[in-house]
Amino acid sequence: MARFALRRSAQALVALLGVSIVVFALIHLVPGDPVRTALGTRFDQDLYEALVARAGLDQPIVVQYVDWLARAAMGDLGVSFRTGQPVTAALLERLPATMLLAAAALLVGLVIALPAGILSAVRQGKPIDYAASGFAQIGVSVPDFWFGLLLILIFARGLGWFPPSGYVSPLVDPVESLRRLVLPAVTAGVVTGAILTRFVRSSVLEAMGAEHVRLARAKGLPERYVLRHHVLRNAWIPIVTVTGLQLATLLGGIVVVEVVFAWPGLGRLALDSVQRRDYPVLQGAVLFMALAFLVVNVLVDLLYARLDPRIRAS
Amino acid sequence: MSGQHPPAGGAHGAAAAASGAGPDGGADLVLSVRDLEVSFGTKRGTARVVRGLDYDLARGETLAIVGESGSGKSVSTLALTKLIPIPPGRVTGTAHLGEVDLIGLSEQELLPYRGRRIGFVFQDPMTSLNPVHTIGRQLTEGMRHHLRLSEADARDRAVDLLRQVGIPGAEHRLDDYPHQFSGGMRQRVVIAIGLSCGPDVLVADEATTALDVTTQAQLVDLVGQLQADLGMAVIWITHDLGVVAGIADRVLVMYAGEVVEQASVEELFARPRHPYTVGLLASLPVLGDFDRDELTAIPGLPPSATDLPPGCSFHPRCTFRDDPRCEHERPPLREVAPGHRVRSFYMVPEEEARHAAASERVAVEPPDVRDQGVVS
Repeated sequence: MARFALRRSAQALVALLGVSIVVFALIHLVPGDPVRTALGTRFDQDLYEALVARAGLDQPIVVQYVDWLARAAMGDLGVSFRTGQPVTAALLERLPATMLLAAAALLVGLVIALPAGILSAVRQGKPIDYAASGFAQIGVSVPDFWFGLLLILIFARGLGWFPPSGYVSPLVDPVESLRRLVLPAVTAGVVTGAILTRFVRSSVLEAMGAEHVRLARAKGLPERYVLRHHVLRNAWIPIVTVTGLQLATLLGGIVVVEVVFAWPGLGRLALDSVQRRDYPVLQGAVLFMALAFLVVNVLVDLLYARLDPRIRAS
Repeated sequence: MSGQHPPAGGAHGAAAAASGAGPDGGADLVLSVRDLEVSFGTKRGTARVVRGLDYDLARGETLAIVGESGSGKSVSTLALTKLIPIPPGRVTGTAHLGEVDLIGLSEQELLPYRGRRIGFVFQDPMTSLNPVHTIGRQLTEGMRHHLRLSEADARDRAVDLLRQVGIPGAEHRLDDYPHQFSGGMRQRVVIAIGLSCGPDVLVADEATTALDVTTQAQLVDLVGQLQADLGMAVIWITHDLGVVAGIADRVLVMYAGEVVEQASVEELFARPRHPYTVGLLASLPVLGDFDRDELTAIPGLPPSATDLPPGCSFHPRCTFRDDPRCEHERPPLREVAPGHRVRSFYMVPEEEARHAAASERVAVEPPDVRDQGVVS
């Protein structure tokens, strides 16, 4: 098990290195001169050259990369072109808000998807199945910005139950933090829940059709027991994968939801840095998203091995 | 879920008499099936997959149900304890296990019978076991549920069972997972599961079909041995007449959901009378038979259960057909000799059957037959 974990982590590191190259290269291939943009109307040739030299942009691209990578490994992702703030600090500043929203949205998603997916599989073809499938269909089709605005209109403007937007750290004011979390978490959670519902349903259906489930029934075990210990126990394996992917996506920041709810998360940071050609911040944000993705995937793999003895063995 | 009292095994004589004892009717009757019908509602109409099935099963007896895929042989046994989806499935008729008519029971009421009184072994050992649970767990869960055994007692009994089915180092293998076993060994485990609660009837549904020839023969012997030791009745479902010859006492030949011929195994191999049975025997390879250049196949395909032909369901494929009634009238199941019933207007004469099948020597020496049949 430990060896399995180690091997998966090593693989993830290699993947991360690959991502760093791609990210670094892509951004440098994009047209647009960040220093020129930063200076704007105050353009001055000497100043320009000084800034370019300070940022190392006059160096060969490979040197720039190795230089950047070496520092990145030490946690130094450079400074923002715009604010002069260290990128790592900027990321860490946004991280709590993103993690809170991601966790809350995933929770909402699972609370919807697990019962809805399992019930609709068990009662396949019955009204509840159609209801759950209908919800899933609508949930994945409705644009999240529209849904978010709808929620704000009804629950913030109309009923006044929740504040329409903004983030408050749970460490500062837990109650207010929670109130502000509800609407964005539901918005992102419903979409996640809709995607997961379809997946849970099909995974459970597939697991139910297995021959060993028929044998479990033939043993005279009660239906509930069969469902829990034979059907669901096998259905978890694919469900865990997709849940992990969803979590990774949410951790990368849900740009649209963050914008609608003025949520100071990573998604917005990334978006802002794209618009401002703030390369160091963008690189840092993308690298962090990739890192989150890889970490979640390694965790999923480890969970897999717990769930499936065949993976443990290989 | 709990609170059901597993029905006691034991004397079934009274029930047998009450349900109208069949040809082998006697005090030892375990299972008595009458007019069993299974149908499924489908988009293309009602699929009648089992039609008017009657049979009796005595203690310690082996009944083989033979037929092609889709003949209703598996469904007819699964339906006994409602192991088919209902709806769309529908089961009518009676199936007395002791004094109780299983068909009249709800799924909930059937739980104490499943596994406890009727054990199942399915075809594919690679998929019959749950990959994420140890075989110890899969072997003990039925016993813990039905027999209310403690974990320790169930494990002790599981070790005994694994020994009985011939798994080496049984006590060390309980905590292994299915993927750590070969196909043959897995099927032994599945057989152990089927036996675990001491059922009155063990249904082996194509239990050796997915295995290689040597393993097949070993498992056939194993089940025979266990049956002799434990005295349970066995329903052996197969499409392989070779296996049938080796182990069965009596044979039901099914075609398109109905019994077309029913006889003792010796009688069936010596004097097959139904054109379909004769065709099946003719398609069996016989080792060392150099006179026959090629195997004879039955022309055509079995009918769809939603679109059964009028009259005799075999008539479109029948090479012997000569009676005008074949196309319009469903032939009754007629007794042509004691315990030998045939559903056909045309009884294949003995001479012709022998010529077509060339396999009656099969019946003379059953032990060889298994290997011969298996070659197919």
